[in-house]
Amino acid sequence: MQTTSDEVLIARIAGGDRLAMQVLFARHHVRVYRFVLRLVRNEATAEDLISEVFLDVWRQAGKFEGRSAVSTWMLSIARFKALSVLRRKPEQELDEEAAEQIEDHADNPEVALAKKDKAAVLRQALSKLSAEHREIVDLVYYHEKSVEEVAGIVGIPEATVKTRMFYARKKLSELLKEQGIDRGWP
Amino acid sequence: MNTTNKEAHSDIEELLPWHAAGTLSRRDTQRVEQALARDPELARRYALVREELGETILLNETLGAPSAHAMEKLFAKIDAEPARKPALSLNLGARVAGFFASLSPRTLAWSASAAALAILLQAGLIAGIVIKENSAGGYETASAPSTDPGVGAFTLIRFAPQASSDDITKFLETNKLQVAAGPMSGGLYKVRVAVTGLPKAELARIVKKLQEDKVVGFIATTE
Repeated sequence: MQTTSDEVLIARIAGGDRLAMQVLFARHHVRVYRFVLRLVRNEATAEDLISEVFLDVWRQAGKFEGRSAVSTWMLSIARFKALSVLRRKPEQELDEEAAEQIEDHADNPEVALAKKDKAAVLRQALSKLSAEHREIVDLVYYHEKSVEEVAGIVGIPEATVKTRMFYARKKLSELLKEQGIDRGWP
Repeated sequence: MNTTNKEAHSDIEELLPWHAAGTLSRRDTQRVEQALARDPELARRYALVREELGETILLNETLGAPSAHAMEKLFAKIDAEPARKPALSLNLGARVAGFFASLSPRTLAWSASAAALAILLQAGLIAGIVIKENSAGGYETASAPSTDPGVGAFTLIRFAPQASSDDITKFLETNKLQVAAGPMSGGLYKVRVAVTGLPKAELARIVKKLQEDKVVGFIATTE
């Protein structure tokens, strides 16, 4: 049996249907939370933000025109909210939080190679990418957004989306190289 | 394509992440697959992309989930919101498009029973969205709240079950039609074709023209 589409839920939410809101929340809140968490790097802040995001969905549902997928629309809202929080926080506080969040699985290149845990080193490198690069990598790989959708969420041209992703991957290779893993690219 | 120069990269190489995620168009997918088949270096780089994809998913999946309080917080905020007024100003095209976005023609037309279900869905959805009951107990169209829906020239229309959202939206907009009432028995809608009354012959001509549109399953004049 086909489940109710997000678009139908949004239309019901526009009419004040709380149950539709619950369904939409249950369907998407974890992914929205993870997207926001990767940007703000603070669990409490991320949790506060998702209620703000879905409250905006409740308020704005009547204006949703279906030009993008509902999930893409929600990630756009989430990104805006996350960036607003980041702009308000002192830079020092952010750096400290970011440092706490970065897991250090490998103390040095030798240890990393000794463990032969290339996957773990790769995940560590993914965590060390800049917010801009983390964002695009997550949108493409985890949230499965097309070039066009990423352009809509981030607010940049499609050509920039492709080059930003390319340079994010290039930076990833550099971080891996620092950990002793040469991918032979770029 | 020459990928022997490690500093050089082509537009094909830029598309590899989306190819791995399965979010490319059919045309770009074919371009990438052809390039991968003839370029071993590109294929090697694609293997790196697939590694990144897998570890990014794993990394995100280990981020956990918000607490159960998240939903409580949300609905506490929603409860604090002012009561919602009927959405009289909703754009007709947008609403219909939004509602029918999930109902692909293939899904709706696969069998007679699906077609019947589609009519029921159309009835429920259009009734719930296009026609808004106002506080005085009457009805007005979402797209034209300021006009009296009881005045004009009307037809009865049943939309074809395989009609997509784009089809219906385009049909209504192109022909400047407004849904005035419905759904009635058999999935029929009373649709206004003109804001003033029309001579019988003129109305019949319009009906004949509209009947040729694939969106229309049935159409007849009405008072």
